[in-house]
Amino acid sequence: MDMMTVDLSRLQFALTALYHFLFVPLTLGLSFMLVIMESVYVLTRREIWRTITRFWGTLFGINFVLGVATGLTMEFQFGTNWSYYSHFVGDIFGAPLAIEGLMAFFLEATFVGLMFFGWDRLSRVGHLMVTFLVALGTNLSALWILIANGWMQNPVGADFNPATMRMEVSDFMAVLFNPVAQAKFVHTVSAGYVIAAVFVLGVSAIYLLKGKWVSVAKRSMAVAAAFGLASSLSVVVLGDESGYALTDNQKMKLAALEAMWHTEPAPAGLTLFGIPNLKTQHTDMEVKVPYVLGLISTRSLDRPVIGILDLVETAEHRIQSGVAAYDAVEKLKVNPEDLAARAQFEAHKRDIGYGYLLKKYVADPRTADAALIQKAALDTIPNVPVMFWTFRLMAAIGFAMIALFAVAFVLVSLRKAEHSRWFLRLCVLAIPLPWLAAEAGWVLAELGRQPWAVEGVLPTFMGASSLTVGQIWVTIVGFTLLYGTLAVIEVGLLVKTIKTGPYASKFGRMHDAEEASPLQGGAVTGPAE
Amino acid sequence: MELPIDYMTLRVIWWLLMGVLLIGFAIMDGYALGTLATLPFVAKTDEERRAVINTVSATWEGNQVWLILGGGAIFAAWPFVYAVSFSGFYLAMFLVLSALILRPVGFKYRSKRPGKAWRNNWDWALFVGGFVPALVFGVAVGNVLQGAPFSLDSDLRITYHDQFLGGLLGLFSPFTVLCGLTSVAMLLLQGATWVSLKIEKGALRDRAITYGVYAALAVIVLYALGGVYLAYGGLGFKVVGDVAVNGPSNPRNAEVVKEAGAWLLNYGKYPWMIAAPVLGFVGTLLALLGLKTKADPWAFIGSSIGVLGIIGSVGVSMFPIILPSTVDARSSLLVWTASSSHTTLFIMLGVTLVFLPIVLLYTAWVYKVLFGRIEVKALKTNPDLY
Repeated sequence: MDMMTVDLSRLQFALTALYHFLFVPLTLGLSFMLVIMESVYVLTRREIWRTITRFWGTLFGINFVLGVATGLTMEFQFGTNWSYYSHFVGDIFGAPLAIEGLMAFFLEATFVGLMFFGWDRLSRVGHLMVTFLVALGTNLSALWILIANGWMQNPVGADFNPATMRMEVSDFMAVLFNPVAQAKFVHTVSAGYVIAAVFVLGVSAIYLLKGKWVSVAKRSMAVAAAFGLASSLSVVVLGDESGYALTDNQKMKLAALEAMWHTEPAPAGLTLFGIPNLKTQHTDMEVKVPYVLGLISTRSLDRPVIGILDLVETAEHRIQSGVAAYDAVEKLKVNPEDLAARAQFEAHKRDIGYGYLLKKYVADPRTADAALIQKAALDTIPNVPVMFWTFRLMAAIGFAMIALFAVAFVLVSLRKAEHSRWFLRLCVLAIPLPWLAAEAGWVLAELGRQPWAVEGVLPTFMGASSLTVGQIWVTIVGFTLLYGTLAVIEVGLLVKTIKTGPYASKFGRMHDAEEASPLQGGAVTGPAE
Repeated sequence: MELPIDYMTLRVIWWLLMGVLLIGFAIMDGYALGTLATLPFVAKTDEERRAVINTVSATWEGNQVWLILGGGAIFAAWPFVYAVSFSGFYLAMFLVLSALILRPVGFKYRSKRPGKAWRNNWDWALFVGGFVPALVFGVAVGNVLQGAPFSLDSDLRITYHDQFLGGLLGLFSPFTVLCGLTSVAMLLLQGATWVSLKIEKGALRDRAITYGVYAALAVIVLYALGGVYLAYGGLGFKVVGDVAVNGPSNPRNAEVVKEAGAWLLNYGKYPWMIAAPVLGFVGTLLALLGLKTKADPWAFIGSSIGVLGIIGSVGVSMFPIILPSTVDARSSLLVWTASSSHTTLFIMLGVTLVFLPIVLLYTAWVYKVLFGRIEVKALKTNPDLY
């Protein structure tokens, strides 16, 4: 494998996934906030709530299209850039993606058109139902995508088949109810809800600071405060750490983000601060809170949290076992009836991926010596400083969000929010923070998975397509230009829509109001709303 | 676990379902792609263009899911096909993706500003978003019929042997360009019949009908030429020896060789398969007749039947081959060697049988709600329209 091809494919995946994930979380949360706002409209029949729903709906729409557009890239990128991965795990990984399309994306995409164009064709309750189905669809999408991603982190319910040289499903229910996937789903959608709540809170705060559209802003802020408080608590309390005791790689991830080099006696302490030193394999200037980590990650007081270096030792043994599995597979390729090889394969198959780790250095893992095995074992450590700091960034923002929404909730309840200018300014400043946390969370989860594409099964470097460096540069540059242009346009339109405010549609479409064409003069008044 | 349907049958079912998804995509998203590809020509003024855009604005999003689901389902049921074709046609895939990315943003963003240049630019972006996928998908089908230069090693890793300009230019041959043009004409017809069905009666609709008539004639000529090319152009592959139809999915277990004219052998073996190309012609003729007599629903139904027949004929001509290799006899992908495992095919069939009817039901309901022609005067009064 050409490592440059691998690195560039990883870069492209990271860029396109991180970009995609700027839009998706807002969609996840804002869709449900629209349901809440429209429910209030249907229950109270007060026009202001319809105006509120439609205003945030316009912003939802501008954001939604980019989520959809960039999602296309994600659906096809496994095949284009990770073709060996696609072959190797398609039997399991393809299923949740297909079900996502069939069960979730069809739902959201079919009804989203009606949500925007069906206001005068549907009853109040009918339209609310359509909005709800869009929200349900987007959130079910997230469920299936995270079932797929959860399987990469914890590949349950599948076995390697030497006859087809790939992983094949053995227990589909285990894939569905993968505890890592469950934890990830709750954590990720909660993060989306926080992002949407902060967005609505911040934009409403801008209006209140300027004294514009106060009645819309006040009500929107109330919804955001309540929704945001619940979600920010959920995103932290239901963090996906509960899955960190499950597999060797998940344990490694936990140890790496804590920069915990040696196994800690139970119950382990949580590192608040420190400077991980890769050379000495020690964390300098550590500040620790006793007991907390053990409680969070093992949900117990008596089980230890394993350190990085002990996990490397485990990896070394698994690589040795993986070489035996590799040897058996090579024999079975020549003669599928070789019973001795079959027995050897059965004994070592769960470590086949560890054997593949050696392919980074030698074409045939069976020729590797002890030094090389040790080197490959060290590869199982993800980038410790990046893990350590992104985790702290994400967690700090998580707690800050709880504090922000707690204050917001109290001030809104006391009807003091609109006059507390310090608080309103804080809300505006907070807008980018949850996005930063979400992106950090992606980096943490996926960089922490390295060197694996699928934990213990397929190293990332093996998954890439045999493309040329030139081909990948063309697409990286192409995507960057295309996505960059769209980002500028998107932000421009969001800002314009926010500046125009919630009553723009009362006067017909913006362009109708602005165009001085005599033909369209009648449109300025628009339909009675 | 003993599954109630045997492996071979499931493979055939999933081969059919792959066809259903591709045809569903070409009919449903095809009308949206075709509508956009005609946009700058059929509609001249901003008002006309808005009217045409609004014939698809509420439904194209759901239509596009046919493509996304097609990608996902091929990944799940035919992982080799997904892996080989997407990585092999790498830069072509990028072209399609870029064009398709322009489409949703074009729809949403065009109407957000009044400027003439702004709107004109988005109109061309929308045109690209319709035309380029229609062309490239056709060229891709041509390459599938022609065979692709890939091989699989004993680890089943894919190597692609044509890197001429990143493999992009190698995709274009006289035959594949013919296929690309057929696809463009087919989707233009699909789009024109949709616009004439969905837009208020008047000059704009008449223009759509005129374009539709040209497109229908083009489809008939190009599709017939494609058939002649298949018979005499030296194309074709066939399976040599026996293949275990219930065996493990390993493409290296079968041997496939080139043989001129072999793509037409199935019609001799299974005469009923002739129904597919016949439907291709009859459907398109029905569309032509429908357009000429302004019987819009019949034109659209005819065009859709034509799409079904044309895509179906590619499938049945090649069965059981899905993607032949031009460089290695033991790499070609067959229905019997390129599928997912027995269990996965079975589970995914169950999921499809439950959810596809539900999807079709609520899609039908949405179309019912949106029933009726787009009127230009509604553009001035309805603030929801683009």
